[in-house]
This record gives sequence, C-alpha cells and structure tokens, in this order.
Amino acid sequence: MIKIAGIHKNFAGQEVLKGINLDVKKGETIVIIGRSGCGKSVLLKHLIGILKPDKGDVLFNGVNISQLGETELIEHRKRFGMLFQAAALFDSMTVKENVAFGLREHMELSENEISEIVKKKLSLVGLYGVEDKKPAELSGGMRKRVGLARAFAMDPEIILYDEPTTGLDPITSDVINDLIVKLKHEFRVTSFAVTHDMKSAYKIADRIAMLYEGHIIESGTPQEIQNTANTVVRQFISGSSHGPITEKDL
Amino acid sequence: MKSLFSELISALGGRILGIIKQLGEAVLMFVETIWCMFTTPPRREIIISQMREIGIKSLPVVLLTGVFTGMVLAVQSYYQLHKISMDTSIGILVGLSMTNELGPVLTGLMVAGRVGASMAAELGTMKVTEQIDALRSLASNPIKYLVVPRFLACVLLVPVLTVYSIFVGIVGGYLIGVKLMGINGTFFMKNMLDYTNNFDLANGIIKSFFFAIIVALTGCYKGFSADEGAEGVGKATTQAVVVACISILISDFFLSIILF
Repeated sequence: MIKIAGIHKNFAGQEVLKGINLDVKKGETIVIIGRSGCGKSVLLKHLIGILKPDKGDVLFNGVNISQLGETELIEHRKRFGMLFQAAALFDSMTVKENVAFGLREHMELSENEISEIVKKKLSLVGLYGVEDKKPAELSGGMRKRVGLARAFAMDPEIILYDEPTTGLDPITSDVINDLIVKLKHEFRVTSFAVTHDMKSAYKIADRIAMLYEGHIIESGTPQEIQNTANTVVRQFISGSSHGPITEKDL
Repeated sequence: MKSLFSELISALGGRILGIIKQLGEAVLMFVETIWCMFTTPPRREIIISQMREIGIKSLPVVLLTGVFTGMVLAVQSYYQLHKISMDTSIGILVGLSMTNELGPVLTGLMVAGRVGASMAAELGTMKVTEQIDALRSLASNPIKYLVVPRFLACVLLVPVLTVYSIFVGIVGGYLIGVKLMGINGTFFMKNMLDYTNNFDLANGIIKSFFFAIIVALTGCYKGFSADEGAEGVGKATTQAVVVACISILISDFFLSIILF
C-alpha cells in the first residue's frame, strides 16, 4: 500500500534520513522506533507530503506522493488521518469545531449530521459532553483523544501516529494504546506510528522497525525485535545507558 | 586582515542572499494568496471573523491616533502661520496632510503594530505547535484557511479605517482651530475645501490599500516562517512589525512620487 523507496532528507546540511526503504501492507500496523531526534517524525511527515524528500520516492498505491503538487496532495491527504505528538488541536476552536473541521471543509453535511458524527467519534474515544470545551480546558490525555477523534472523523484509510503516548502517565498511555488497537480492528485501517515507548510499540505493532543514524537497521514482528541479536536494537529496547548507542555518543 | 575582509564580505553576501530568499518566499505567498482568493475562497464566516478582529477592534486606536494628529497639526501650524497672519490656512494644511500623508501612513503604522504583530504571533504559535501541519493533514491549504481571510480583511478594511482617521483628524483640527484658536469656521472650511479635493482623498485611499497588503503579507509570512520555541515566535512578531513599518514608510515615499 505504501512504499518508501530510498528517501534522503537533510536539514541545514545535516542528513537526517540516509536512504530509507520500507513497505507497509494494507491493514498492517507498523511502528518505527528510535531515539528522540533521530528523524522518526520527519519520516512520518513524508507520507502525507508535509515534507518532501531530497532524494527517493514515497509511493501510495503506486502514486508518487513526493511529486504531487499542492492541489493533488490535498486530495491525497483526505485518505489519511494524523495524530500529532502534542495533539495540535486548533486552540481557537472548541472540541466540536476541531473534530468537525475536516467534515465542514470537505463534505456537504448539515449541521445536525456534523453534530451526530462528532458525538459518535468522541464517544468512540471515550469522551462525552466535552464538545463545547476549548483545548486549553482539557488534560493531556483528553487532548490526545480529541486529536484521535479528529484524525478518524473522515474515516481515513491510513492513520499516522506521531508519538501517541509521549507526555502521558502510564495508565493514560495504556488507554491510548487500547484505543489505537480498538480503532484498528473496528475500522480496519492501516497504521503507521512512530514512538520511543517500547510498551506502546509492543502493544500496537504488527511490525516494528528501528531507525538509527538515518537508516532502518532492523525490522520484524514484536517477538522478533524482542529476540534480536542486534546490539543497537537490544540496547534501545532494554533502555540501557550502556551499549553501542551511548558508546558512540561518548 | 585579508581573512577578516573576506569574512565581512561573506557575512554581507549571506545576509543579502537571505533577504532575497525571504523576499522571494513572500512574493510566492502573495501570488498563492491571490490564486486561492479567486479559485478556492474560504468560508464567509471565517472572513467576517477576521474583519471583526482586524477592522472593528482596530477602530479605537486608529480614531484616537487620527484625532490627536489632526489636533496637534492644528496647534503647531497655528503658531507658525499666525506669525505671518495666515491663520485661516490651517484648514488647508490639516486637510492636505491628513488626506495625503498622515491619515494613511499613521493608520498603516497603527494597524502594523496591532494587527501585524498579532498575525505573526498567532500564526507563529500555530506553526511551532504543529497546528499548521495539522491543517495540512486535514487536507486544508493553510494559505486558503489562514492567509486569505487575513489578507482580505486587511485589504478591505484598512482603507475604511484610513477614511475614518482622515475624517476625525480634520474634525480634531477644526475644533482646535475654530474653538480654541478662534479662527473663523467658514474660512477654515472654505480654504480647506478649495485646496483639498477628491484626488487627495483618493491618493490616501490608494496608499492605504498598498499598506494593507504590506501589513497582511509581512504578518502572515513572518508567522509562517517563525523558528521553533517562544523565542522564535517573539522574534517573528518583532520582525513583522519592524519590516511592515519600514516598508510602509519606504513605499509611501515612492507612492507619493508616483501619485502626484
């Protein structure tokens, strides 16, 4: 469904992605793990055309996204939903207006129909009676859930999750993980997540790939990743301060 | 010595290239804004909300600036013209100055300070908190959704604010000249109307139209190109006001040459 073919990206002379190759199958949940600042979010933004690669291609059902113009990209993005690291809710709007944003912009629906869909999507993420609240009045976990409802509002085929559990307490993180799994089964969406939270990765992933120094150094099922012989991956998943990753930093 | 000189030249070159790049990006944003305005106009309620924010909320500060400028102009010119017994010419001075220069320029500067800064701060914050990326992810064009309504509100309402500013400036000048300085009101008005015509008012409105484009474009461009963090947003806000004010003053000079 998605094919990432040899993409390179650099910012101000620093090469963040150095030839990433990755295939994502329909209905699969792939999780990219890696250290903070290693380029996971950069990779994610290439899928939706927010960033364009310096070299290489991103293909979605055979269409090269990296060569689309802004108008074609807008059509392409209607098939995606994205949950941002800090939810990125529009703070001048209410929860209802946030969730209804895509519906109002792209669908010919009456106000009653929009209200119904918003209510349904919010209940799906376990939120009731918050439609008129502003994002600033919500907790971090609630903001993430509203972000999730907004991402699912237009029934997308693919969902992108940028650090879905970052900044949340362990219980709320698990609630979000459960929601991601539930939504995957209910809507049969293809999911692409980036995280450094291994508990979350093991719970939501069908396949995990590790990004390190601009390359995918390992890819496999959660079981395979847990049993890998790769010392870099082992250090990362065990969260140890001793190993090849930190030796290189010193 | 040589290396210091080459470093200086290289720094200067880098700065000039940076300015040219920014100018190019701002022009591209302007072209895209005009394109979106006609091809995919935003919903009416978004434009109206920006008009309220930009036009109505700027009215008090613009009126206050206009009336006091007209009054100061009358006081200053009275002291000078009284010496040569040309007191009644205050009307001409106030009328011509307010319509051609002070009305549009001071309105432009006030709007740049109030609206340009708020645009850069709001859009800059949206950029650093990924709200602009969120707009893109929801298949919306940020130029259409964020820039076009602000641009339209500025272009439609800054000329109206300028007309208000000119009007209250003349009223302020009249009150000071006639009620405080004791000039004959009929002479004040006759002299003013004899020397200030529709072309002077049109000049002021044409200028204000260009100033509106400058304010909207610098505010939006600086917001969209804000660097990460609170410092980045603060810097973008300051730059938006400084660049808009300087651009207004420079373009006023060239517009004055072209329009007269």
